[in-house]
Amino acid sequence: MTQATSKRALLDVRDLKTYFTIGKTGLFQAKSQLKAVDGVSFEVREGEVLSLVGESGCGKSTVGRTLTQLERATGGRADFDGQDILAMSPRAFRPLRRQIQMIFQDPFASLNPRRSIEQTLAEPLFIHKLARNWAEARSKIVETLEQVGMDPKVMQRYPHEFSGGQRQRIGIARVMILKPRLVIADEAVSALDVSIQAQVLNLLKKLQQDNGLSMLFISHDLGVVRHISDRVAVMYKGRIVEMGDKSQIFENPQHDYTRRLLASIPRIAQKAA
Amino acid sequence: MALLEVRDLEVGVAIGGKVLPVVQGISFDVEENQTLGIVGESGCGKSLTSLAIMGLLEGSMLRLTGGSISFNGQDLLALSPRARRAIMGDQMAMIFQEPMTSLNPVYRIGDQIIESLRQHRSMSQRQARARAIELLDLVRIPDPERRVDSYPHQLSGGQRQRVMIAMALACGPKLLIADEPTTALDVTVQKEVLDLMLDLQKRTGTAIILISHDLGVISETCDKVVVMYRGKIVESAKTATLFSNMSHPYTQGLLASIPVVDHDVEWLNAIPGRVPLIDEVLPGCAFHPRCSFAQASCATSPPSADYVSDDHLVRCHFPNDRPSGGEAGGDA
Ligand SMILES: Nc1ncnc2c1ncn2[C@@H]1O[C@H](COP(=O)(O)OP(=O)(O)O)[C@@H](O)[C@H]1O
Ligand SMILES: Nc1ncnc2c1ncn2[C@@H]1O[C@H](COP(=O)(O)OP(=O)(O)O)[C@@H](O)[C@H]1O
Ligand SMILES: [Mg+2]
Ligand SMILES: [Mg+2]
Repeated sequence: MTQATSKRALLDVRDLKTYFTIGKTGLFQAKSQLKAVDGVSFEVREGEVLSLVGESGCGKSTVGRTLTQLERATGGRADFDGQDILAMSPRAFRPLRRQIQMIFQDPFASLNPRRSIEQTLAEPLFIHKLARNWAEARSKIVETLEQVGMDPKVMQRYPHEFSGGQRQRIGIARVMILKPRLVIADEAVSALDVSIQAQVLNLLKKLQQDNGLSMLFISHDLGVVRHISDRVAVMYKGRIVEMGDKSQIFENPQHDYTRRLLASIPRIAQKAA
Repeated sequence: MALLEVRDLEVGVAIGGKVLPVVQGISFDVEENQTLGIVGESGCGKSLTSLAIMGLLEGSMLRLTGGSISFNGQDLLALSPRARRAIMGDQMAMIFQEPMTSLNPVYRIGDQIIESLRQHRSMSQRQARARAIELLDLVRIPDPERRVDSYPHQLSGGQRQRVMIAMALACGPKLLIADEPTTALDVTVQKEVLDLMLDLQKRTGTAIILISHDLGVISETCDKVVVMYRGKIVESAKTATLFSNMSHPYTQGLLASIPVVDHDVEWLNAIPGRVPLIDEVLPGCAFHPRCSFAQASCATSPPSADYVSDDHLVRCHFPNDRPSGGEAGGDA
């Protein structure tokens, strides 16, 4: 954790802005701009987990989506390995897609229910030319499923046959199989029961440590954030209001909003005591 | 006599010519002014239990296969469907996890509250509208005179959940069942919604059943807790007793898996595995495949639920023969 401080930045985001143009919201209102992300700067260092935390609507997902070119930046820059990815054409960005991967809350929402897990995991391998034939793909799939704690036999099954926790393991497998350098996890464990959430969080943390992954971990849940992060950035209304080492944010929060967030977490047995 | 007395409640799902039990032997009391928490992972039967109490088990697959429910001294299962419906929404109300699915998107929220008021109370349109505005104010919707004419999609998730609470409270129910009312909300909003429910309870004396998969939420809000696993109660006690003397490995596992915010831990104590499917046959304790304290007998004979003290019920073969502390599982 402390050694991360000396590591260089893999992703360096400067003054990122993403504005949306929204239609009329009332009789007398003209079209207006919604400043979802309004001047955000941070870096994700090699092998560290930086968390982006804040209440819903504060712009966390928009940061992640802008960094993967799913939204267009209004301003600022984001250097990945020294190159500004926001200035790249989609074509120039394509080779980086493998290296920057996203994990979503429900990874299956976007999946084809008629494709087996094997087909689902093989597809990105062929797209990114990481496997030349099915034999190569299959051996990578087996290895990755074992890495995420699943029996490789599940390959022949279909999405609907899995529980929430298993789905998220498969979602993580789909990302890990590409050996990314930066993982952006957007509320990756937020939809899971606490018991299953703990399994998946432990898995993510282990994969991150074993592979020296850099991770931007987006979440509204401070307990989860404390468990996985090296550093934490607190977002409020499109801006970062406080950023620092995990211990500083949790033990010595400076900003009022950070304190309010910390105070709203249920603590065990307060009513009982 | 408690306001609500549930005894040996059983719900079955009809699949392939058989009726599989999904809720079994559920018994508890809820008193006026009290909050009972029901906790357990997804698929443990929490929602079916509450739907059974509300008389809302629907579809050809679900049926009440046994037990009794007494509410305010009345045997609910002996009532005609019509008499039962009259109680529902008037004396008993329910709110769900996703308010968007229970609010009708094409009607203004005020009209939905007004309709429910006029169904159960003889009120003029004007009186009902005034009462709707009052209720929105009570659940702290800003600018209620204007918001009463909003459509559900024009509100935030937290505001919609508060509208649901307003609707549920419209007729001043004696019992409110809240099924994961804050699971879809952020912590800050979650706290507001829970505080609001408890504050309203103080004023009205409404009994509450709060369902959650999060023991943290339960511990802050409930007087009594029922822990369910795979359709059965595995532990129940007053909240203070439960947290000072937690006895079932499943309850301990639920507690241990919550990521703590007050200090650092290297690995969370996850409960390994998952809830068994309804058609998986487990002759012994349903939790034994996931339990790190399981002995040979746990796989073969089902434990009975026994009182370990006055108010504390535990369904486990070895409730006291284990090292204490919150360690069940420990899957990295
Ligand atoms: N494609 C879009 N068009 C218009 N507004 C958007 C779009 N995406 C997000 N927003 C708005 O931007 C703000 C930030 O949203 P988001 O990044 O999803 O927040 P968070 O992930 O922190 O909950 C919200 O007000 C949201 O409604
Ligand atoms: N309408 C239904 N038809 C068939 N099975 C159902 C139905 N509703 C729930 N079940 C099953 O009954 C069990 C208990 O469900 P539920 O009460 O919804 O659990 P919980 O609310 O604790 O998550 C689950 O295994 C679920 O799959
Ligand atoms: Mg988001
Ligand atoms: Mg449920």
